[in-house]
Amino acid sequence: MRLSRSAKTILGIMTALVLLFIYAPLLLVVVNSFNADRTFGWPPKGFTLEWWGRAFDSEGVREALVNSLWVAVVSTVISLILGTMLAMALQRYKFFGRDVVNLLVILPIALPGIVTGIALNNMFTTILGVSLSMWTVIIAHATFCMVTVFNNVIARLRRMNGRLEEASADLGAGVFTTFRLVTFPQLRSALLAGGLLAFALSFDEIIVTTFTIGAGDTTLPIWILQNLFRPNQAPVVNVVAVVLIVVSIVPIWLAQRLSADSVGISAGRARARAAVK
Amino acid sequence: MALQISQPGADPGPGNAPVPRAKRNSFSALLNRSPNIRLAGLLAAPAGWLVLVCIAALAALLITALWTVDTFTGKVSQTWTVDNILQVVTDPVYQTITLRTIWIALAVTLIDVVIAIPISFFIAKVATARWQKLLVVAVLMPLWASYLVKAYAWRNVLAEGGLLEWLGTPVGLNSPGYSESAVILTLAYIWLPYMILPIHAGFEKVPDSLLEASSDLGAKPWNTMRLVMLPILVPSIIAGTIFTFSLSLGDYITAQIVGGTTQMLGTVVYANVGAANNLPFASAVSLIPIVIIMIYLFVVRRTGALNNL
Repeated sequence: MRLSRSAKTILGIMTALVLLFIYAPLLLVVVNSFNADRTFGWPPKGFTLEWWGRAFDSEGVREALVNSLWVAVVSTVISLILGTMLAMALQRYKFFGRDVVNLLVILPIALPGIVTGIALNNMFTTILGVSLSMWTVIIAHATFCMVTVFNNVIARLRRMNGRLEEASADLGAGVFTTFRLVTFPQLRSALLAGGLLAFALSFDEIIVTTFTIGAGDTTLPIWILQNLFRPNQAPVVNVVAVVLIVVSIVPIWLAQRLSADSVGISAGRARARAAVK
Repeated sequence: MALQISQPGADPGPGNAPVPRAKRNSFSALLNRSPNIRLAGLLAAPAGWLVLVCIAALAALLITALWTVDTFTGKVSQTWTVDNILQVVTDPVYQTITLRTIWIALAVTLIDVVIAIPISFFIAKVATARWQKLLVVAVLMPLWASYLVKAYAWRNVLAEGGLLEWLGTPVGLNSPGYSESAVILTLAYIWLPYMILPIHAGFEKVPDSLLEASSDLGAKPWNTMRLVMLPILVPSIIAGTIFTFSLSLGDYITAQIVGGTTQMLGTVVYANVGAANNLPFASAVSLIPIVIIMIYLFVVRRTGALNNL
């Protein structure tokens, strides 16, 4: 198919416009965090650092930030352990019900967040009678974080040479020694990348969080949602939103540099679903 | 932990090799001898977690939809009833909300298809190899920015006196403000990368030689597009619509942030979990998007789209 020059140019311009459409709103949030006008009037009449200062001084923001970091770190650690075990089981063994487990892994992210959210809320409050807290949030987050770790580790395991481990066992190393000295070093960068992705996913998750968090507890996204409709908080919300963008994008960028596998994962849910096949 | 399963014969049998470490640690030796125990050890914790948190929770959701709330104590009482489900299906209020939600999801899907096709075509077939990589990354990157922040960004864009009004006024266009159109626009924005990805992958699968053959045989670009490319692309397009459609169906945050008074199914679920404290009814409502998605998946299953997910 030979496209005329003008057709190519038109397509190029359209692509540029769509990229502008994708990035402009995010850039606007960044610009507005310095906008002196507190109602986001455009174009900005002046710039100020006042909102950033107020965000740093705000007790609520600091508490939410600490909570978000705590939840993200704990659920990342849990998901690293469980995700790796699951990947090793599914990649290295053939067993009855393997396909079912394979499908089960995808479920937490294949369902709309609201369904996962209300299902967990219902299980905690109605069925188990547990009161909601930061721990219920961690359980929920660890569940979908496990999937990203699983994806990263299983991609690495597929490419790894199993003979090294066989050699290690033949030479007399025990199961745990072989894992520590042979398997783990080969998995290290995949685990780091998977862990960073899990951290980023957990740090800015909102839908499942709103259904599993206790009354009075906040994470950064919950703080944004609570203060969104208070006009005098609007500029500070903007600052927190910028923090959220940066803290979730930087780990992803690092993960992509660390591991080629995670480039595939960078499509997030889209890619996770590809594993259903 | 998991080793050499491909060749069980490679196991150094008990008392076979001089294995000081394995002997010192009898647990390790046990694992070494039995692949089944190794597998069970690996699988028990994560699979148990998933069964408990996913399967059990979903089953419980279905059951709770059949319970009711004691109007006096406000607690869930385990009396079996189909009233919740009947009310959701027959009450005109919920019928309207269901239809509106489906309409929003369809509109979002259509907008994303129309935008994604030319863009993916340009990235896959027109751009040079170097640009291709850069453009794919450029499209992927915002996928990772928080969903909440993206919805919030549109609150900025749509604000009174904000960017959209400033852009629109000179050409005589009004900003939709916070409304149903705003929800459609914002959701189309948020899910666009999920549509571009599969369609781009679809275009990459179309061999260039096929397009050259078509034009050598005298087809104009438009005919090549319509008669050669489109049939190959259909499964990829449908794969993309599964994302945009099902993700839009379950949304409530966007409706809350830019929707003004617009109610979607998710809004109803959220209100019944929080303020109204009627979990059985919320469960019943949440079954609607699940059923719609199941039906949609069932309908498109034959196109082979599920293999393109």
